Amino acid sequence: MGAIRIAASMQGVHCVLHAPQGDSYADLLFTMIARSAKRPPVTYTSFQARDLGADTAELVRKTLRETVERFQPRALLVGEACTGELLQDQPAALAQGMGFDCPVVPLELPAFTRKEHWGASETFHQLVRTLLRGQQPRTLDPVAEGRRPRANLLGATALGFRCRDDIAEVTKLLDSAGVDVNLSAPAGASPEDLLRIPEADFNVCLYPEIAQSTCVWLERMFKQPWVKTVPIGVGATRDFLIEVGEVAGIDTSAAIAAGRTRLPWFSRSVDSTYLTGKRVFIFGDASHVIAAARIATEELGFEVVGLGSYSREFARELRAAAERHGVEALISDDYLEVEAAVLELAPELVLGTQMERHIAKRAGIPCAVISSPVHVQDFPARYAPQMGFEGANVIFDTWVHPLMMGLEEHLITMFREDEEFNDEAVASHLGSGKLTAASADTAPGPATTAEPTTSADGMGADAAPAWEPEAERELKKIPFFVRGKARRNTERYAAERGVARITVETLYDAKAYFGR
Amino acid sequence: MTDMRSRSQAKASPACAANGLGAGIGDQGAGQLSAGQLGAGDLAGNLQVQHEQGQRQVFCGLAGIVWLHRKIQDAFFLVVGSRTCAHLLQSAAGVMIFAEPRFATAVLGDRDLAGLADCNEELDRVVTELLARRPDIGTLFLVASCPSEVIKLDLENAAERLARAQQGRVRVLAYSGSGLDTTFTQGEDTCLSALVPVLPEAAAGSDALLVLGTLPDVVEDQFRRLFEALGIPSLHFLPPRRGSELPPVGPGTRLLAAQPFVGDTAAALIDRGATLIAAPYPFGIEGTRAWIGVAAEAFGISAERVEAVTAPAAKRAAVGLERYRAQLAGKRISFLPDSQLEIPLARFLQRECGMELVEVGVPYLDRRMMGAELDWLPAALRLTEGQDLERQLDRLRADRPDLTVCGLGLANPLEAEGLTTKWSIELVFSPVHGFDQAADLAELFVRPLNRRERLAF
Ligand code: SF4
Ligand code: SF4
Repeated sequence: MGAIRIAASMQGVHCVLHAPQGDSYADLLFTMIARSAKRPPVTYTSFQARDLGADTAELVRKTLRETVERFQPRALLVGEACTGELLQDQPAALAQGMGFDCPVVPLELPAFTRKEHWGASETFHQLVRTLLRGQQPRTLDPVAEGRRPRANLLGATALGFRCRDDIAEVTKLLDSAGVDVNLSAPAGASPEDLLRIPEADFNVCLYPEIAQSTCVWLERMFKQPWVKTVPIGVGATRDFLIEVGEVAGIDTSAAIAAGRTRLPWFSRSVDSTYLTGKRVFIFGDASHVIAAARIATEELGFEVVGLGSYSREFARELRAAAERHGVEALISDDYLEVEAAVLELAPELVLGTQMERHIAKRAGIPCAVISSPVHVQDFPARYAPQMGFEGANVIFDTWVHPLMMGLEEHLITMFREDEEFNDEAVASHLGSGKLTAASADTAPGPATTAEPTTSADGMGADAAPAWEPEAERELKKIPFFVRGKARRNTERYAAERGVARITVETLYDAKAYFGR
Repeated sequence: MTDMRSRSQAKASPACAANGLGAGIGDQGAGQLSAGQLGAGDLAGNLQVQHEQGQRQVFCGLAGIVWLHRKIQDAFFLVVGSRTCAHLLQSAAGVMIFAEPRFATAVLGDRDLAGLADCNEELDRVVTELLARRPDIGTLFLVASCPSEVIKLDLENAAERLARAQQGRVRVLAYSGSGLDTTFTQGEDTCLSALVPVLPEAAAGSDALLVLGTLPDVVEDQFRRLFEALGIPSLHFLPPRRGSELPPVGPGTRLLAAQPFVGDTAAALIDRGATLIAAPYPFGIEGTRAWIGVAAEAFGISAERVEAVTAPAAKRAAVGLERYRAQLAGKRISFLPDSQLEIPLARFLQRECGMELVEVGVPYLDRRMMGAELDWLPAALRLTEGQDLERQLDRLRADRPDLTVCGLGLANPLEAEGLTTKWSIELVFSPVHGFDQAADLAELFVRPLNRRERLAF
């Protein structure tokens, strides 16, 4: 899967995978989720049970031969999916022995243990290594050559989160600082473009999950320094420009001063006071999570109550970030574990991937998507980058939109008895449905929506103290969007103190104890 | 092919046809053809079938879990496979369902591959935990995948062991959804085959009709009403809505297939004494009437009675269908091999909607199940079995039909080339069988044409 992402990002690259027929479903991620108008450049050997008794190596050779003939790729990636690997046909070695004109890049991915990002990162690294073999480091000096410094933007891929627009935004940003883009890869590049990598003065590692190992290698072999800051958020974008200045030896302060973004002012405006201390849970790939945590705290005034990632390769960076925010990093690819954490922490906003969006929906918590894996709606028709100053504007809108607007929150508290503001009404800007409709999942049908969400939240029904009717009535007076939290806090408070029956007094005791 | 072990041994023996086809057509094409050459074989009548082999663009049988878990409400499907399998299940489900649904993947890791003993131990642990956490599970299916088959993990054995450990609390069965053995809807066939040995024995002398293949509940209820009105003595459906309500089978059982992809299950039921009623499939008015008619005949019910019972629904359907017929008539259509529904749907579109068939591709041709349908196809039809994707697409580009039925991976790229497409998966998931869905079925083909016409660019 990782290898397909690299091939699909580029031009003139084709990938042959030794894989059974069903694995071809991977195509639909590109054609349906990213609405790609082309099939990804992948050919599967589609071996079946009957082939296993015969010569599967011959099937590989035949597939390779026909693929090269038909597509005439200028670089050929050859690898195997999990099942293919078990057959031990070593398709890459076969391909290398077939005397093709184009470079053959063997994908030696220990498939069973590693994940998609790692596969993409390794593939990109191998491809760059193979193509640059024999090239020498250049002696480059933009000043002496009378030109602006040049950078490579590395790491954008097909199916990545908002890569298309990030590339455009970062290109603009660098231009404002007087830096030209030599090339962007893998997205949009051809094998010939990759040959020009050494012509840049430095590299920009936009997506470390994909490009970090390549950047490290290029630094070692071609003496190209690289920019490590990922420009997501206002602060990070400024830091990025400072680092670009250092690496390129230019003064970027004018570009920083000229950066136009509405986020800081919108965040200071009085309507945003209601954002103060909103409890947020963050999950996704490492770089987006680390960036999101910084924006959430420093730029929006939220409180990070939990963060985590499925990117084990970046566990160290994540732990460091978590420590800065006073929480523990959850490093896991088990969505049940993530769901349990969300229910336990009961945040007011979840920033995550498509999976957390589902979890949040079920729990009735607002959510915004900040990272891949993605869904078709994460490929918007409009320009919506995450990076740079415009990216910060986009982030402000998309994170704040799911939350109740500031004034609206107060109005609901004041008029909660009114029909329009009754418990079932949704925030007016979220359309006119009832709350129940808004939280009903579009996806799974009765089996999943019917499951009680409380069962997994760590405090089983058996432990819950009983509510006096009067306390229950009092609870109803609390605005519905904080009622769940009030109920949980009160029950926890009562349980911890061995209170069997919750009275109005217990309710207010708990409120005083936990604070708002 | 109801026996799992013979299934995994099949890998060692090239003579065993991958698709679980009986003797005949399936074998003719396999093995002998270098890709791209079309081999032609004579079918009944003078209909020619051409065989192809090469790259495929189709789901494996795991995809069947998506509808089977919705149908059998107390069943859980545990795939023993790789991350690819887990990923496929999520994508096949159309959306990523991360609330805990009734299916999951036990991902084989490095350690499992190293030693089967460890692997079995790990599986036992996963299953025990799962069953403890989900007391609502009545039937657990262990689903084999390509990797589990290649390492020869014997899931049937594991199922027996686990069932013993559960002391009858939970039924544990095994079947294969692997891409090595099964193509898309065939995963339902292997699943239902696994149920056959545990079906209760029907009481001697009891005549019953057993309708085979998953139908949406709403359609099942319509058919139930029709068969009851006809006076069919006893009626069952396989799969049942709950794993605890298995239909009985015995010599008095008459089998009526509602889906064309359940050939192995039918064969296994025949082994248990049932007789198969040869019928076309209940798509469109003509197909549904014939399907019900042949079944009624098997129970000695008169044609007049069938006419009387079905006439109101058939009449209603004709009115509904008329509107769409006008929009489909004369249009040219091609089917890429995908769900096995290609042949009956092509027949419906040609005979009842006036469409012209350009090419009808099927992943495999199961002659046991298609006899009545093939008789209804035009003799000059280009019917292809198997797939060699790139060459098939070359033909498609040359043909440029008005509508192409294909899988999701191909739909957008073909649209981008200016072809109008219909996703085949929708035909599997939507209620399309029977009189009252005949118009809906036609509408599914009208919609993309209609949309093309509306859009300015
Ligand atoms: S084809 Fe095989 S490996 Fe691929 S998803 Fe299907 S069962 Fe898993
Ligand atoms: S290791 Fe991951 S990316 Fe590679 S084939 Fe298996 S599932 Fe796909």
